[in-house]
Amino acid sequence: MTPEFSRNHFELLGLPVSYALDAAALERAYRDLQGRVHPDRFASASEAERRVAMQWAARANEAYRTLRNPVDRARYLLGLKGFDTGEESNTAMPPDFLLQQMEWREAVAQGRADRDEAALEGLRREIHAERGEMQSLLARALGGERNYDAGCSLVRKLRFLDKIEAEIDDALEAMAEGAHGHAMVKGRS
Amino acid sequence: MSLLQISEPGESPEPHQRRLAVGIDLGTTHSLVATVRSSSAECLPDAEGRVLLPSIVHYGAGGEAEVGYGAQARAADDPANTVVSVKRFMGRGVADVAKYGALPYRFVDAPGMVAIETAAGLRSPVQVSADILKALRVRAEESLGGELHGAVVTVPAYFDDSQRQATKDAARLAGLNVLRLLNEPTAAAIAYGLDNASEGTFAIFDLGGGTFDISILRLTRGVFEVLATNGDSALGGDDFDQAIAMHWRVTHGLADASGRDTRRLLAAARQVKERLTTQESADAQVTLTWGQQLHLGLTRREFVEISAPLVQRTLGPTRKALRDAKLAVSQVDGVVLVGGATRMPHLQRAVAQFFGREPLVNLDPEQVVALGAAIQANALAGNRAPGDDWLLLDVIPLSLGLETMGGLVEKVIPRNSTIPVARAQEFTTFKDGQTAMAIHVVQGERELVSDCRSLARFELRGIPPMVAGAARIAVTFQVDADGLLSVSAREKTTGVASSVVVKPSYGLTDDEVATMLRAGFEHAQADRDARALAEQRVEAEGLAAALRAALEQDGDLLSGEERAALEAGIASLDAARRGTDHRGLKAAVESLNRASESFAARRMDRSVSRALAGRRLDEVPTK
Ligand SMILES: Nc1ncnc2c1ncn2[C@@H]1O[C@H](COP(=O)(O)OP(=O)(O)OP(=O)(O)O)[C@@H](O)[C@H]1O
Ligand SMILES: [Mg+2]
Repeated sequence: MTPEFSRNHFELLGLPVSYALDAAALERAYRDLQGRVHPDRFASASEAERRVAMQWAARANEAYRTLRNPVDRARYLLGLKGFDTGEESNTAMPPDFLLQQMEWREAVAQGRADRDEAALEGLRREIHAERGEMQSLLARALGGERNYDAGCSLVRKLRFLDKIEAEIDDALEAMAEGAHGHAMVKGRS
Repeated sequence: MSLLQISEPGESPEPHQRRLAVGIDLGTTHSLVATVRSSSAECLPDAEGRVLLPSIVHYGAGGEAEVGYGAQARAADDPANTVVSVKRFMGRGVADVAKYGALPYRFVDAPGMVAIETAAGLRSPVQVSADILKALRVRAEESLGGELHGAVVTVPAYFDDSQRQATKDAARLAGLNVLRLLNEPTAAAIAYGLDNASEGTFAIFDLGGGTFDISILRLTRGVFEVLATNGDSALGGDDFDQAIAMHWRVTHGLADASGRDTRRLLAAARQVKERLTTQESADAQVTLTWGQQLHLGLTRREFVEISAPLVQRTLGPTRKALRDAKLAVSQVDGVVLVGGATRMPHLQRAVAQFFGREPLVNLDPEQVVALGAAIQANALAGNRAPGDDWLLLDVIPLSLGLETMGGLVEKVIPRNSTIPVARAQEFTTFKDGQTAMAIHVVQGERELVSDCRSLARFELRGIPPMVAGAARIAVTFQVDADGLLSVSAREKTTGVASSVVVKPSYGLTDDEVATMLRAGFEHAQADRDARALAEQRVEAEGLAAALRAALEQDGDLLSGEERAALEAGIASLDAARRGTDHRGLKAAVESLNRASESFAARRMDRSVSRALAGRRLDEVPTK
């Protein structure tokens, strides 16, 4: 059986339902909750209690994971307000952002082709800075301004930044692996 | 067994009722058992005072299994019947074990996992591991003077679902109540962290006989939080032995050595490797089966050179773990070395160079895992001292996903998710009128199904015919605190459901384990029945007492009817407990467990609500 989870992630952790969030309070609340519901606390209990503990602990992990990450938290909060960020369906982006997107994509491809670690690292810093800016816009949109449409659009943009950052990481990792690939082949006798 | 803790959860209600609990490090080369006695953890020695048990089993023609040093002595003259490093075969198929190089066994390709043809018959790696675990259980029970309440068994952090499931099956087959499967580096961190009262971010670098793990943990205020883990479940000291043996084969022209010679060469290689830790050069004499005497030598420089690729192979996973933890090397506060193979000086140098700091080696790298497991077992058994309050948050090492169109993997739970974790993903039908959906569960990081490990296949049937894309099938993945996966699928518009506990295809059902267990006991039927009855009585007694206490404390959560039903359940359990039918008693325990589930859920809800309310009150004055 599945327990009735009527609380949302914020309520589960005893936090106010808002985008602004005290990271230390979130962590404290999460640890308190896990300390109470974690299966390790019920390892010698009945099967029924062990199962309930597992479900609660999974729920606590999900809440913590979602709220800890600014983009996930924004998406979740928007959902609570009845707004769908539509990241799969709504790919409409302002033209200037689209242009910027294309430039970044090309830069990643170029960096990968040239095996240019410095260029990729530079690009990553640039995107990181961009992300910081967007996140403060997001905090404003979801905070005082209550501009949820703008919030949805920012989440879509941030999602794109995530993807491109992952691409950069993959390219960098492939390079690091490649550097040792020879050694590995030699080792397989 | 208790349904309710009257005191804080996790603390022992009555200190004098300590439960016997052990931690077991089931290693590739050595296994150990440890326990907490008078508040400190210690490894339990055998009659000769040795704590290490070689993870070696010799099978004789009479069907007997000899474990440990005795078996080790047989490895050179009877290699085909002496199973060494069985951990490398757990949950692995014939194609996997072929990668380990020349091995002196008669492998049989059984579904899902290899088996080995021995003089005592066909043995699966699960059975061989169970023989090792049984030896340790007996050692512990003799040393502690009673039956074990349960055990924490360690597994490499990078073990996948099949390997974990195989380990748990082996433990159950050995008659152990598995309190938890615990990741080896995490166990080491517990022993290390509690011992040194450390805080900060630590890298645990664990290179044992057969496996390599790297875990990045954060230790803060009694919480051990694994941030990321990575590794290679087929890399360890054994591979360094293989590299040396291969070197000798080439330099001495021994390409087609027999099984016995292979085993002798590997044994000599290992000796030489270990001596090179303190010496500049080492040598060994090997007498081959056809009488030839070989004088084999190696210098440290040669060893460093031929094993450099192996050392390098540890650094890739290390880099990835740091990346997943989103940490730079400089943010790591300490590096802890675990596993006998980390004694090699050139490996230590490579690790020190990578992290830019000297690793910590102040704990015995061979015992630390078992000690950590014992500490965890003690806590899980409910023997924690008040105030001895710490929490462990671990992760799954490899992503879990489903096969989608075109042989691609759709990830459902990403690697390094904190467990327990549950995640659902929605799918739909792609043909008009489609009534069944095949669900293929895989584990791994690659995009193609063929590059990942296949864990299970099942089918959701009875979907009412709809147009393509109309059905909404939610597939839910649930990973428990042991890191084991179960999957269920449900069509949302109709509620048609299907579920599996993911078991590798060799997977033993509970009944099969029970049958094997029974066959393993030499006792007469009457003895077995008596033992089962005694066990069930203890179980029933605990359940009834706990439920009564729970009713007293939280009975207001139930309607009059619900309460009456539970009370009736307790009464019939009491009646069954006075009888002698252990099967009937077991059924009564199970049914009462089921009946009390919703009560358990409501009590947990209340406990959480109270904590939340308490915290709000606490916080008022500070705001
Ligand atoms: N002094 C030493 N120098 C080099 N290697 C050593 C030394 N002592 C032990 N080893 C190696 O350490 C390995 C065994 O380590 P350990 O006992 O930690 O592994 P294990 O726990 O059995 O394996 P795993 O954790 O991989 O399952 C063997 O390969 C052994 O040869
Ligand atoms: Mg080990």
